[in-house]
Amino acid sequence: TKTGTTIVGLVYKNGVVLGADTRATNGTEVADKDCEKIHFLAPNIYCCGAGTAADTEKTTELISSNLELLRMNTGMKQSRVVTACTLLKRMLFRYQGHIGAALVLGGCDSKGPHVYQIYPHGSTGKLPYTTMGSGSLAAMSVFETGWTENMEEADAVELAKRAILAGVFNDLGSGSNCDTCVIRLDGTVSFDRGAVKPNDVGPFRDAIQRSDRLNMTKGTTATLNSSFVKHNRVTLADVTVTEMEA
Amino acid sequence: MAFSLTQSARQTHDPMDSYVYDGKSAETRNLKPGELSTGTTIMAIPFDGGVVLGADSRVSTGTYVANRTSDKISQLHDRIWACRSGSAADTQALTDYVRHYLGQLAIETGRLPTVKTAAYLMRKLCYENKDNLMAGVIVGGWDPVEGGSVYNIPLGGTCIKMPFAIGGSGSTYIYGLVDSEFTADMGKNEAVTLVKKAISHAMARDGSSGGIIRTVIVSEGSNEREYIPGNNLPYGP
Repeated sequence: TKTGTTIVGLVYKNGVVLGADTRATNGTEVADKDCEKIHFLAPNIYCCGAGTAADTEKTTELISSNLELLRMNTGMKQSRVVTACTLLKRMLFRYQGHIGAALVLGGCDSKGPHVYQIYPHGSTGKLPYTTMGSGSLAAMSVFETGWTENMEEADAVELAKRAILAGVFNDLGSGSNCDTCVIRLDGTVSFDRGAVKPNDVGPFRDAIQRSDRLNMTKGTTATLNSSFVKHNRVTLADVTVTEMEA
Repeated sequence: MAFSLTQSARQTHDPMDSYVYDGKSAETRNLKPGELSTGTTIMAIPFDGGVVLGADSRVSTGTYVANRTSDKISQLHDRIWACRSGSAADTQALTDYVRHYLGQLAIETGRLPTVKTAAYLMRKLCYENKDNLMAGVIVGGWDPVEGGSVYNIPLGGTCIKMPFAIGGSGSTYIYGLVDSEFTADMGKNEAVTLVKKAISHAMARDGSSGGIIRTVIVSEGSNEREYIPGNNLPYGP
């Protein structure tokens, strides 16, 4: 069974582009209209997550932490994308699919730009472009028509957006906005939250006439009495320090 | 549920008790919902001086193709390779373990591990964890002791050295073809041609096989990796 989301990743001339929708569902209800599905793993590695939201969030947090510890312990300047992939797949396989995290991992390292797809049971695939989630079929149709090798950045970002929007509009499990993240070989990252907002209801909601009694200004509730007691902070002067005999 | 390498106490039910013919192959019947299957066609043929391994490239979840260009022939050591079929996650984990053990063995003994050893290690894992695994593997390669050899390790963990091996859901369609065309003293080119032909035929008939044909030709001096695009197959629509 697929999971409510559309996430994509693709390799282009100067790096990788990741894309995701922003709808989080609880059954048929929309729990979060603008959630963040592109997670930070390392300065040069980001990961889109589909599946159980808690699982994708916590799994990517854990592996991000482990990558940082590895960099510190070994003096590495930069983590490899394949390291992140291996750490993720080893953990997911150990849990035999009970951690419902389907991930699109992307990043750039000394060996070039990489995109991986990682499934909840622990299998991985390394591809030039990939899509996951319930909207993956809609998004993949866009990729299969439009992807070419060595695309320019503008075209690549546009393709990723089109793929996500295909999921947003044609898949019930995906919706709201499109986030993108461009990770370049030169080390720069452009995280564009809300890159496309085709479903912005803000102006419509603002245009609704509501009763003035709903806007409660300061003073609506009368203050009868107020007093203020300053918090008693212990200063060094209050503490007696006695040195122990050696 | 942790992945255990030791022999588990088995209170299993015999799957044959509840066997009902449903048209599914052994490869796909026991997959969990959502699990990726390398429902596949894989084969390996030894020739004088080496081995040819071949596989299709389709990875499916149910009816959707998750990866149409996957690499099902994994390297276990310098001259030892394995073709994977069954659950993608299980076979990837298995090849990682065996690769690790073989690497260690090579360092400790100071010599190239034999294909027999690689097959033994793979079989040990497959047999002792048979309740938790869905993996059909063909181990093939070249070593200084036996030259080119091929071992077939199907679902339950049997390990048999064979003059040629085919596996995966698509293999059922090509038993007749391979049985009639295989001869014991094939040269390299004949073996490669047969592998490509047989896998093409299987891909034409098996829904779980498709994409491109990947081949690896292993010999003492080299590994040659090739692939044929899906529109250049020797046989097919």
